[in-house]
Amino acid sequence: MTAPVIVRFDQVNKWYGQNHVLQDVSLEVAKGEVVVVCGPSGSGKSTLIRTINALEPIQKGSVTLNGTAVHGKGTDLNKLRQSVGFVFQQFNLFPHMSVLDNVTFAPIRIQKRPRAEAEALARELLARVGLAEKEGSFPGFLSGGQQQRVAIARALALRPPVILFDEPTSALDPEMVGEVLQVMKSLARDGMTMICVTHEMGFAREVGDRVIFMDQGRIVVDTTPELFFDAPDHPRVRRFLSDVRGEH
Amino acid sequence: MLEIISNYWLTFLIGQYPNGPLGGLAMTMIVAVLSILMSFPIAIGIAMARLSAWGWLRMASAALSSFVRGIPLLMLIFWCYFVIPIMTGYAVSGFWTLVAALTIYEAAYLSEVIRAGMAAVPKGQTEAARSLGGGYFLTLRSVVLPQALFNVLPGITSQFISTIKETSLGYVIAVNELTFAANQVNNQLLTQPLQVFTILAAIYFLLCFLLSRGLSALEFSIRRKRGLI
Amino acid sequence: MDFLLPADQMAMLLWGLRTTVLLFTVAWVGAFALAVILVTVRATEYRPCRWIVDAFVAYHRNVPLLVQVMFWYFGMPEILPEGIRFWLYDHNAEFSLAAIALALGSSAYQAEDIRSGLRAIPATQFEAARALGCNYLQTMRFIVVPQALRISLPPLVGRALLLFKNTSVAMAIGVAELTYRTREIENMTFKTFTVFGIATVLYLLGTFALMGLGAWLERRTTPGRKERRHA
Repeated sequence: MTAPVIVRFDQVNKWYGQNHVLQDVSLEVAKGEVVVVCGPSGSGKSTLIRTINALEPIQKGSVTLNGTAVHGKGTDLNKLRQSVGFVFQQFNLFPHMSVLDNVTFAPIRIQKRPRAEAEALARELLARVGLAEKEGSFPGFLSGGQQQRVAIARALALRPPVILFDEPTSALDPEMVGEVLQVMKSLARDGMTMICVTHEMGFAREVGDRVIFMDQGRIVVDTTPELFFDAPDHPRVRRFLSDVRGEH
Repeated sequence: MLEIISNYWLTFLIGQYPNGPLGGLAMTMIVAVLSILMSFPIAIGIAMARLSAWGWLRMASAALSSFVRGIPLLMLIFWCYFVIPIMTGYAVSGFWTLVAALTIYEAAYLSEVIRAGMAAVPKGQTEAARSLGGGYFLTLRSVVLPQALFNVLPGITSQFISTIKETSLGYVIAVNELTFAANQVNNQLLTQPLQVFTILAAIYFLLCFLLSRGLSALEFSIRRKRGLI
Repeated sequence: MDFLLPADQMAMLLWGLRTTVLLFTVAWVGAFALAVILVTVRATEYRPCRWIVDAFVAYHRNVPLLVQVMFWYFGMPEILPEGIRFWLYDHNAEFSLAAIALALGSSAYQAEDIRSGLRAIPATQFEAARALGCNYLQTMRFIVVPQALRISLPPLVGRALLLFKNTSVAMAIGVAELTYRTREIENMTFKTFTVFGIATVLYLLGTFALMGLGAWLERRTTPGRKERRHA
């Protein structure tokens, strides 16, 4: 039995002016899959996942999320975005709200849930990312790693069936990368559907179900981590792997 | 000078009240607070229009704002003084003329301050709110405006101080505020203008100086509480 | 323009504009010169100098311009020596005293603008110039001041605009500038919309001219403008 498809790209094309940033991208992600997207900078990986919640428009093709055409006319984007979590490279926590308010913001203000219920959920999520004692702090007092964990809790507070990560550890000091990856790994093991743009190859190998390699707006390779790392048959991938491993 | 203060301090503070109309410092503060409060929502509206996705709205709001900022406040006061009665058919008091002119004038300046603040909120903040499913107005109200207004608090404070100072122009259309009261005192005394105007300047100075110090201390303490320093 | 206003009234209005422009020019030149002096004095390490400048700036920032004008017009002549006082009253005292008040008021703000421009120049620029063998004055003249002026230019242009508009306050002590003449002619003719309309347009032309001048100066002082033209 195959799991149902949650995200589907069908011949997606996107241009920034003259720049063709997504070229004929087709892709399916099934429920429970952990997909790691990698590739050199400027290859279109961030753009790819930003089209899934319509932070970026597309010019051709279609993206489908849970059966809804994301870029379709008449799609209620606000409703659609509640069903997909997004974690940013720069965390983007709201600096004028406490940690707890950041996490309860969407449930209370957007989904209109009772405050008590939203706070109970938020505390549960903060405990899960290991920050239960920080609920009263403002983001300005937290380290980058802590901020990113709060951002993950904030994304989870809508209980989305799928969560997207846009280079979640790239803006972090090296010693804080581990704590964020730890949280992401535990989510993956719990069966969350995840699409992660990341250069963390250890993460890809350990919990990834598939690795997608992009170059110049195209999906060049779509394979298992084992094949990707141990038997890379594409010259571009070999070069990329030697770059991220620091071999020259 | 002390004698003038002890004889006329009530005139400086509240004008002829309660035997005549309220005036003096009290009137100055009423006009200033009323004007800034009324200009605030208008300023936010203009700032939103200036950052809008529609070109015509951006152009219209920019033209309106540069028109108001291109003429002296006194001109605007005279416009309101002569035009509001003609347009509305009602005789409008000097008080409301002054409040109307200051509201329009400050709305234009304040909108520049607020627009700069809104434009400076990182794009990621809007994206974060939108990616959680927040709509335009919710994002504006809960995420963009609170940060933008807070970040430009120094600018808002200085507009408020400006407004207090600008109320003095009410003197020209005989609004009973602090400068008007001082001139009344001066006309009664006749021989001590230097003293009277020194007292007048001192009152404005203390008011504006202490107010701006107080507000910036308040801002500093909020910043520290949020870990922004 | 006869269809708008009779020629003699139009002439009165334009004469008012001339006074406005004159008042602005005199006050601006005075204000800028004084601002440079204030910044220089403030830069000395001698504390009382700094306090005096700071007090001067704080006074002019926190007291309404109209009150400053009244203070000079009604109050100051009292303590001036008799000779100067009579000379003033014989020579358009309103204009001179208004110009002094406007210049002092604007200089306080301009000094702040120049000072923050100077402070924006990193100390490393100073060190780099000294390392190349420039002395203090050469460092200021060739390295620091040109960069600082460019940073200060936009706020200084804004100040000039405010000063231009603020000349209207001088009407309160009877300087026959544009706003004063506007009211006067309105009183004579009751052609409210026409008179105020013309005056408003004249003011707008003045501010737009100053803005254009500011934009031109800004373009001229932008480094690398010639390279960009080829790009």
